[in-house]
Amino acid sequence: MPSSPDLAAAGGVPKAAPTAAPARRSWAPLLQSAPLWAVLLLFFVFPLLATAVVSLWDYTEYSLVPDVVSRNYVEMFEGCGDLSGGLCTTFRTYISTLRLCGMVWAVTLVLGFVVSYFLCFHVRSDGMRMALFLLCTAPFLTSNVIRMISWIPLLGREGVVNQALVALRLAERPQDWLLFSEFSVVLAFVHLYTLFVVVPVFNSMMRIDRRLLEAARDAGAGAWQTIWHVVVPLAKPGLVIGSIFVIVLVMGDFVTIGVMGGQQIASVGKVIQVQMSYLQFPAAAAQAVVLLALVLVVIAVMTKLVDIRREL
Amino acid sequence: MESKRFGRRDALKAAAGTALAGLAAPAVHAQGPMVLRYVGTAVNQHQGIKEKVREDLGITLEYMPVTSDDVVRRAVTQPNSFDILDAEYWMLKKIVPSGNLVGMDARRITLVEQITTVFTKGEVAGKTIGGQGTAPWKVMYLPGREARTFAPSQTDHLTLIPTTYNADTLGIRPDKIGRPISSWAELLNPEFKGRASILNIPSIGIMDAAMVVEATGQHKYADKGNMTRAEIDLTMKVLTEAKRAGQFRAFWKDFNESVNLMASGETVIQSMWSPAVTKVRSMGVPCVYQPLKEGYRAWAAGFGLPKTLNGRKLDAAYDFINWFLSGWAGAFLNRQGYYAAVLSTAKANMQPYEWDFWMEGKPAAQDIKAPDGTVMEKAGSVRDGGSFEARMGAVACWNAVMDENDYMVRKWNEFIAA
Repeated sequence: MPSSPDLAAAGGVPKAAPTAAPARRSWAPLLQSAPLWAVLLLFFVFPLLATAVVSLWDYTEYSLVPDVVSRNYVEMFEGCGDLSGGLCTTFRTYISTLRLCGMVWAVTLVLGFVVSYFLCFHVRSDGMRMALFLLCTAPFLTSNVIRMISWIPLLGREGVVNQALVALRLAERPQDWLLFSEFSVVLAFVHLYTLFVVVPVFNSMMRIDRRLLEAARDAGAGAWQTIWHVVVPLAKPGLVIGSIFVIVLVMGDFVTIGVMGGQQIASVGKVIQVQMSYLQFPAAAAQAVVLLALVLVVIAVMTKLVDIRREL
Repeated sequence: MESKRFGRRDALKAAAGTALAGLAAPAVHAQGPMVLRYVGTAVNQHQGIKEKVREDLGITLEYMPVTSDDVVRRAVTQPNSFDILDAEYWMLKKIVPSGNLVGMDARRITLVEQITTVFTKGEVAGKTIGGQGTAPWKVMYLPGREARTFAPSQTDHLTLIPTTYNADTLGIRPDKIGRPISSWAELLNPEFKGRASILNIPSIGIMDAAMVVEATGQHKYADKGNMTRAEIDLTMKVLTEAKRAGQFRAFWKDFNESVNLMASGETVIQSMWSPAVTKVRSMGVPCVYQPLKEGYRAWAAGFGLPKTLNGRKLDAAYDFINWFLSGWAGAFLNRQGYYAAVLSTAKANMQPYEWDFWMEGKPAAQDIKAPDGTVMEKAGSVRDGGSFEARMGAVACWNAVMDENDYMVRKWNEFIAA
C-alpha cells in the first residue's frame, strides 16, 4: 500500500503538468487518489484501529466497558512466564497453529511448484496449457466447505479408505489417524490452498526467458541444477506471494481446523471465535492484534528476503 | 421498442413515485398482515408451527435461526432486530442485566396458572427437581416491568413464557458397546478410548464433565452449575487428562455433527440431544438415549419480548404466545420428544396412544409417527427413560451460566489447546 501515493502521483502529474501552477499540482494527485484512500481508511485502517482500541477495553458478561486496561493482554499471557508446568495455553495454541501452518506451507509450496513447472515447461502447446490450468481451478467451482467436508466420509473409521485398506489387507483394523487428526487438517488445507500457490508461481514461471534454460544446459547444467539455480530464483516472487496467501489463510482459519481436527486441535482463530461467541470481544480483539502482529512479522521477513515489487 | 422511450426522466419519476408509496406505506401496513421477527435456535422453529400460526392468527412468523451463543449476542447487542426472542433460561443471566427484555405481564397470559410446576415451583408431581445450575424457577420472575435483576418469588412479571424443555443424557450405540451402561462415569471409561465425544460448547460441556467427575467419586460439587475456580480447575484437569490419553474421537458443536459422529460409528458414547438420537435411529442405526443413575442435565426455553415492542406488534406477540400455550404447538413439540409448558392443553391435542408413549412411558400401542408421517418408533417400543415424571423427576442439574464464566471459558480454551 505504501506505493499508492507514488502511483497516484505518477498518474496525476502528466495530466496537470503543462498548464497547472505548482500549487495546484500538489493537491490534484491527492484528490485523484482520494477514493482509494477513502476506501482504505474506511474498510482497512478504521476497523484495524477499532480492533486495537477495543482490545484495551474491559468487559462483563453482557457489556463492553470503554476503558484502557491491560487485562486482556495480561490474561492472554497468564502463566506464560512459568515453564515448570509446560507451556501456557497461548504459546501452545500459537505453536500448534504455526506447526500446522508450516506443514501446509511446505506441502503446498512443493506441490504448487511442481504443478506450475509441469504446466510451464512440460506442456508444449499454449491451448493445452490453458486447458490444464483451468482444470486446476475446477474444484473452486464448489464451496470450500463442501470440498472440506467431503473428506469426512472418505477418511472415517468406516469410510472408503479404511474399508479399502482392510479389504486389501494393508491394515488389520481401521486406522484412526486418517480423520480428526493433524493429518486430515493438513490434507484439507493442501486441497483447499494449493491453487493459491500454483497461480502466482505459474505467472512467475511464464515470464522466465526460455533462452536462459537453454543457456544453462549449454553451460553444462543438469536438470536439477537448472531448476535450482535458474528456475527457483526467477520464480521467487511467485513463491513468496503464494506463501503469503497460504500463511495468512491458515493462520486465521478456524473452520477447517475445527471440522477436520474434530474440534480437538487448538488454533488461534478458534480461540478468537470462542471468545466472540461468549461476548468477550475485547479479549478476542487482543488475540487478533497479537495474531496480526505475528503474521505481519512473518510477511515482513519474507518480503525482506525477496523484494516482490522489484521483481514484478 | 417501448423501452427506448423510457428515458432518464421517466426513471426519476418512477423512482419518486416508489419513494412516495414507500412513505405512505406505514399507514397501509397497519391494516395489512402482521409479521413477527422470531429469533431463536432452530429447536422450535418448525414450518408446521409457522403455517398453523398463519392459519389461526393471521400472523406471519419470520424465523431467524441462529446458534445459542448468537441468541445471547443478538439480545444483548441488537435488541431492535427481533420481535420475539426464543431463549433458553440460562441465557437470562446474561440478557436480563442488559435491560433489553421487558417483564411480561402475567395477566395477559391466559394460561399462566396452568404452566407446569416444573417452572413455577421446581416440582414435578409434587416431587422437588434437582435445582443445580440456572434452574428456570430461579430466573422466571422479575420484581418489576423494567427490572434488571431477578425476583426470588412469584410476581406478575415474567422473564420468559416457557415453551419447551427436556432432560438430556448420553447417547450410546448399544450394538457396538454390547453391555448395559448405567453411569455418567462410562463417558471417560478407557474401554471407549477414541470412541467418545462431548460438545465443544463450554457452558454445556463442562456440566457433562461435572456429571462424570461426580459419578467417578472424584468430587462432590455444591452446585455444578456454579463452580468455584478450584472446581473448574479440577473438572478441566479430569477432561484434559482424558483428552491427552486419546479418549475423545472428536468434539461436536452442532446437531448434525453429533448425528454424523454417532451414525458413522466414529463414536459409540457421547453427550447428545434427544432429537439427534431420534434422527440417528430414523437412519436405521441403533442408538439409545441412555438414562443414567446420576440423573439428567436439563434445559428449558421460552419466549421473551424486547423492551421496544409496543402497539399492535405487542398485542400480536401476546396473541402468538397465548396461542403457543393453547395446545396445538404443545402437542407438536411433545410428539418430537420435547415437553410442552402447559400439559393439559397439549394432551387434548394428542391421540391417547401418543400421550401414553411420549408422556406416560407406556409401550406404543401403534406405530409412532413424526409430523411428516415417517415412522419414528414401532408399535410396542418404549421411550428411553420412561415417563415425563420419571425423566423430569431425575433431573440433577440445569444448563447454566456460572459466576466464574469468564474464567471457565478461558480454561475451556486451554483444554482444547491441551
